[in-house]
Amino acid sequence: MNLQNILSEIEQRDPEVFDKLSDRRKAMKSFTNLAGKVALASLPFALGSMFKKAYGQTPTTIIEVLNFALTLEYLESEFYKKGIAAPNLIPAGTPAVAALNKISADETKHVAFLRAAITASGGTPVTFTAANFDYTAGNGSQAGPFTGVFTNYDLFLAVAQAFEDTGVRAYKGQAPNLMSNNDILTAALNIHSVEGRHAAHIRYMRRLRQASNPGPLYVGNIKPWITLKNSNIGNPLVQPSYDGEEITTQAGVNILNVGGMTFSAEAASEAFDEPLTAAQVLAIVDPFII
Amino acid sequence: MSTKNLTENGLELNERPDSSFSRRKFLGFVGAGSAAIATASLVASCKDNDKPSNGGVNLGSGDVGILNYAYALEQLEAAFYVRVISSLYSGVTATEQAFLTDIRDHEVAHRNFFKAAISAAGATPLRDLEVDFSTIDFGNKASVLGTAKAFEDLGVTAYNGAGKLLQSAAYLTIAGKIVSVEARHAAMIADLISNGTFADTTDANGLDMARTPAQVLDIAKTYVKTKLDASNLPTS
Repeated sequence: MNLQNILSEIEQRDPEVFDKLSDRRKAMKSFTNLAGKVALASLPFALGSMFKKAYGQTPTTIIEVLNFALTLEYLESEFYKKGIAAPNLIPAGTPAVAALNKISADETKHVAFLRAAITASGGTPVTFTAANFDYTAGNGSQAGPFTGVFTNYDLFLAVAQAFEDTGVRAYKGQAPNLMSNNDILTAALNIHSVEGRHAAHIRYMRRLRQASNPGPLYVGNIKPWITLKNSNIGNPLVQPSYDGEEITTQAGVNILNVGGMTFSAEAASEAFDEPLTAAQVLAIVDPFII
Repeated sequence: MSTKNLTENGLELNERPDSSFSRRKFLGFVGAGSAAIATASLVASCKDNDKPSNGGVNLGSGDVGILNYAYALEQLEAAFYVRVISSLYSGVTATEQAFLTDIRDHEVAHRNFFKAAISAAGATPLRDLEVDFSTIDFGNKASVLGTAKAFEDLGVTAYNGAGKLLQSAAYLTIAGKIVSVEARHAAMIADLISNGTFADTTDANGLDMARTPAQVLDIAKTYVKTKLDASNLPTS
């Protein structure tokens, strides 16, 4: 049996067959697992099974992932818009004004970009307005645990940090679900790193603010990167955004002594950001979405 | 089906410019589940490595090639920050020293991680690169931070561009875990140079850039003496 000839024949009949197959990452994975178990003589059967999966399912996954990302971008975008519009929230005449305007503008652009990407992919983008969010984390009561988020600048920055760090983890968690579409995967990665930049800057703003205006919301040594699972925020409600960040083993490699060198648990955890699943992210943002 | 035939087919496929990627991808998947085919593709990689197209050190093919590519970049970054910390520029602030020391630790951890991960994948890690920092004035803050920003921004675009070249979801996740830390570094270094410039790299859509390995290595070659051959890396 010549596997290559079979593939060539299939490709002659359907030039896009390999793209279709790679669009079905899960089908391929199950085939791969199967191929490890069956004898080579059974490959034609396994191929048939694979093709049924490859051609028999509608690819809704990418649209779902993009709408998930769009929801998070709306959450952030409306948050910054409202913060910037809130009187006397952001200290006038400080670098914070330009920085938060820049972040706000980026988030608004991400909303527009994702809406266009979803439409271009044949999907329907979700739509949110400011009225859909409760930034007090009160599930619509507007009287949740973060009451005062648009009057208390330190609380505003704390929530901003949690949103940005969560956003980074959310995109990271979805990257494998976008592997079948190179353009969309790359675009998502290009947003992901911008969220990382935002997170780093909000953290730096909080570090500077901690030095000049310390208070119970500021905890420990606030760095642009995440140390262990420290939120550096004096409120346990944000902890789910940080749980799991403390790991020091990556792909089976112990970072604490990798390469025969010694790394602190702090450094080993900081060097790698960790993903969150969609379910974890939705649980985190649920109190903010009405 | 003999290993030899598959090896020859694999080489033939890799040499075909059009539509070869999808086939190679397919064979890669089959290989993941079959020891015989996995062995065959390793043989193919070795053969490729014997024939470097530009006379440089071949990074290899497939996911391992991308890991070696990342390993090369992390070697460059780690060597740079080790040098920065070994003789800090004059006028360095306590915050700058703390952040640069953290970044050094992160980059050295990344470098050592890739070497270990490539070995764990049954492949041979790229050799230690020779770097060329003769254009950098390590006693000068602007030179050090300017170079750091260039390296971090380059790293972000490199990982962003490499994501789609990986076949393994696990490696993609690892790349994602690292690139956001590189983005945090890039933002912090940019802010140390000029506060508020943390995301000046974004395009009209608010996105960071992605670069191909060829584009990245062309930029990095100023600082890397060892010639690298990326000709066997996946391109899409």
